[in-house]
Amino acid sequence: MSEALNELATYITETRGPLVSKSVMSFGELTLISTVENIIPLLTFLRDDTRCGFINFTDICGVDWPQRVDRFDVVYHLMSPKQNLRIRIKVATNEDQPVPSATAVYPGADWFEREAYDMYGILFTGHPDLRRILTDYGFEGYPLRKDFPTTGFVEVRYDDEAKRVVYEPVELKQEFRNFDFTSPWEGTDYVLPGDEKAKAQ
Amino acid sequence: MNEHNVRNFNINFGPQHPAAHGVLRLVLELDGEIVERVDPHIGLLHRGTEKLIETKTYLQAVPYFDRLDYVAPMNQEHAFAMAVEKLTKTEVPIRSQLIRVLYSEIGRILSHLLNVTTQAMDVGALTPPLWGFEEREKLMVFYERACGARMHSAYIRPGGVHQDLPHELVEDIGKWIDPFLKTVDDIDELLTGNRIFKQRNVDIGVVTLDDAWAWGFSGVMVRGSGAAWDLRKSQPYECYADLDFDIPIGKNGDCFDRYLIRMIEMRESAKIMRQCVDRLLGDAKIGPISSLDGKIVPPKRGEMKRSMEALIHHFKLYTEGYHVPEGEVYAAVEAPKGEFGVYLVSDGSNKPYRCKIKAPGYAHLQAMDYICRGHQLADVSAVLGSLDIVFGEVDR
Repeated sequence: MSEALNELATYITETRGPLVSKSVMSFGELTLISTVENIIPLLTFLRDDTRCGFINFTDICGVDWPQRVDRFDVVYHLMSPKQNLRIRIKVATNEDQPVPSATAVYPGADWFEREAYDMYGILFTGHPDLRRILTDYGFEGYPLRKDFPTTGFVEVRYDDEAKRVVYEPVELKQEFRNFDFTSPWEGTDYVLPGDEKAKAQ
Repeated sequence: MNEHNVRNFNINFGPQHPAAHGVLRLVLELDGEIVERVDPHIGLLHRGTEKLIETKTYLQAVPYFDRLDYVAPMNQEHAFAMAVEKLTKTEVPIRSQLIRVLYSEIGRILSHLLNVTTQAMDVGALTPPLWGFEEREKLMVFYERACGARMHSAYIRPGGVHQDLPHELVEDIGKWIDPFLKTVDDIDELLTGNRIFKQRNVDIGVVTLDDAWAWGFSGVMVRGSGAAWDLRKSQPYECYADLDFDIPIGKNGDCFDRYLIRMIEMRESAKIMRQCVDRLLGDAKIGPISSLDGKIVPPKRGEMKRSMEALIHHFKLYTEGYHVPEGEVYAAVEAPKGEFGVYLVSDGSNKPYRCKIKAPGYAHLQAMDYICRGHQLADVSAVLGSLDIVFGEVDR
């Protein structure tokens, strides 16, 4: 399978070289790195070209790399039933730079882009209906970003007096503990209650 | 009636409706009884699985996969295990592969039984669920006997499976197959020729093959539209390449074809299970059930009593966990509902950096609007039933 993928990678870089900034083979999978401007022509080419035939849209997702300038990767997975191959395309973007929507190329991209927007705040231009999808109505923040706490900010409960569901800031009965066992000697920097006062002095 | 009296009607279907198969809220725009627009609102069962997995070690992440498609739990674990094995380049021994295949097929039957029979219930038949659930109960007992839990098994782990199967259990699974095929025949007799069932399903929810690919469909949804596509055949994983089974495909791409495919697939799964049982009692009767790499698979209790190294490994694996080489992979299995994929990004630490779960039901459900447009209101539940939606995996 990786020979076929290597051939495909050469074919794509030869015919549509300017659209692809880099192609990487690792773990027997082909990854193409593209840019925000080139993604739609590249996807269209991959879908329509007879030697590619990536007609099956598999997945779109975001990945957050907060230390990078363009902190998000938008990762597209496509599959070609005819060639029996899979391909991955990555595009880097940030909070402000929108990515053109792939819904015109693959109608199935709709909800996947909504999810990427919901989870990471990645914006897609030309998307017919870019609303939140998985989180609650009126949710704030982008939960899968690395700087979003796992415990979240609000919790809900049913208020017997108000006779409705109320949102309140999250209150943890026990400090959220993120065990880090990578080094038994250094361990996690546990802040015991009251210790922060000692540091202040 | 005057022209201006005619108006479209919006109704809310769900989230608490028996035909919604869980917590789906559909906002339907109706023109009389004709559906003009469907807007599914999902996320009522969103638990943030992907975020939670990022905070856990690779082994701790396994149980989250049981809770996705809770109708066929082990198939999901399988995809995750395969992704981790691909990154760590772990080889899985043959006995373990057979056990995985055996239990994946049990999962497939579990899921198809539930789907076929509840679809029948959605369109008005009450008997099939009663018959189907009896068999599901027996299958869950097999789950329980293998791993101790009826649903949340955490059995297929990176490197192999958790525990070996007793021979009696394998024999009992073998004995279960024939009576089960009888039950499938009974359900078949009850539904396939049934006039009402046909009226509700034939030519309803037709999907053309081109659209099926473009909408990101997989599994039964593309096979129903005529694609001879099954990951077990086209991109074989584990020992599926050595097993003999057929892939049924449909012609019309309607709800009835999808139902027929599921019925045939159950029989094919039984065939695969028979081959696995024979091999598990034959040439693969003894042998390791997980990779022998002590850096990934924890040692057995017995070893820990005698070997210091095993004790250290046990301690390290259950506290720190293993480190997975940097990289990214996509591993997919043919889950009962379609292609279930895991896109795993590792930064070389002991926790996944990103674990995107590609659930087949998510892609299928978003096409509700496309499939249901122009159908009658009553067809919505038939279409929804044949899409085979489980909210655990759609909402994650």
